Amino acid sequence: MTTPTAPNATPNDTVDRRPTSTRFTRALGFSALIGIVWLVVFGLFLSPNDLEQGVSVRNMYIHVPSAWLAYLAFIVTGIASAGYLFKRTRSLQWDRIAGASAEVGVLFMGIALVTGSLWGRVTWGKYWTWDSRLTTTAFLFITYIGYLAVRDLGGSHHQRARRSAIIALFAVLEVPLVHFSVKWWRPLHQQESVADGKLSGLMLFSLFVGIVAFTLLYVWMVLHRLRTLTMQDIVDDRGLDVALAERRAEGIVS
Amino acid sequence: MISAIMSNSQQWPYVIISYVVTLGGVGLYTWRMLAKARKLGKQVPPEERPWT
Repeated sequence: MTTPTAPNATPNDTVDRRPTSTRFTRALGFSALIGIVWLVVFGLFLSPNDLEQGVSVRNMYIHVPSAWLAYLAFIVTGIASAGYLFKRTRSLQWDRIAGASAEVGVLFMGIALVTGSLWGRVTWGKYWTWDSRLTTTAFLFITYIGYLAVRDLGGSHHQRARRSAIIALFAVLEVPLVHFSVKWWRPLHQQESVADGKLSGLMLFSLFVGIVAFTLLYVWMVLHRLRTLTMQDIVDDRGLDVALAERRAEGIVS
Repeated sequence: MISAIMSNSQQWPYVIISYVVTLGGVGLYTWRMLAKARKLGKQVPPEERPWT
């Protein structure tokens, strides 16, 4: 379907409706959408029930990919932050990648917490328990909300980049803590199912579809968010230039 | 070992809510992100955007 355009529309009008979009992101977005449709079909209709967990195993196809994507997003944030702090590669683009990835990571971590809580209600009889996996995950989630808050504190772009990069390098250390918490402290939360070979057939394939769909979605979201942050920085710089010019003009008049 | 304490029919609402929360959350975030991009796009001409 084509979007109706006004008779006097210019090519820029089309560009302005989707300013962060390119041919690549459109293809990526379409692939992610197909992946999500597949995920819903496999997750809700085609996957068999689990012998122990029954219908609730279908939560796994969104809960596990969400948690994995959050890990990936926070690791990317850590790598991009190191890229900014390293003098030879210092660029604000690294900082924007870190910010975009952290924001998407917080979204996926939030989804993992909510879906995990609903799954817990079915299998454990309660939405929340203070076991090691859940507690460390909640701590990780709060840490990255704090990271995003620190990014909004103000100051120049480089001040923002420097302080948030240092925080990100400490925050990423929590990721292995969360991941290995099920091995180190033996909590109520179940152990790894994929690595232990407990999943097979259509269940394993459905989980695979979920991971692929969410990964495509993550890349698509980070690209759009990165471009939005770039435009925000351009607008902020322009505002600063205007303010400086006004100050200079005031100085000349007085 | 984890054992199901509900019947399959009782579990379905929790599964459906999980999917709705996931897709709704992603959809809402995407909508807000693209709306913000559109707003900023009006202030930044295409020639100033490195990706165009």
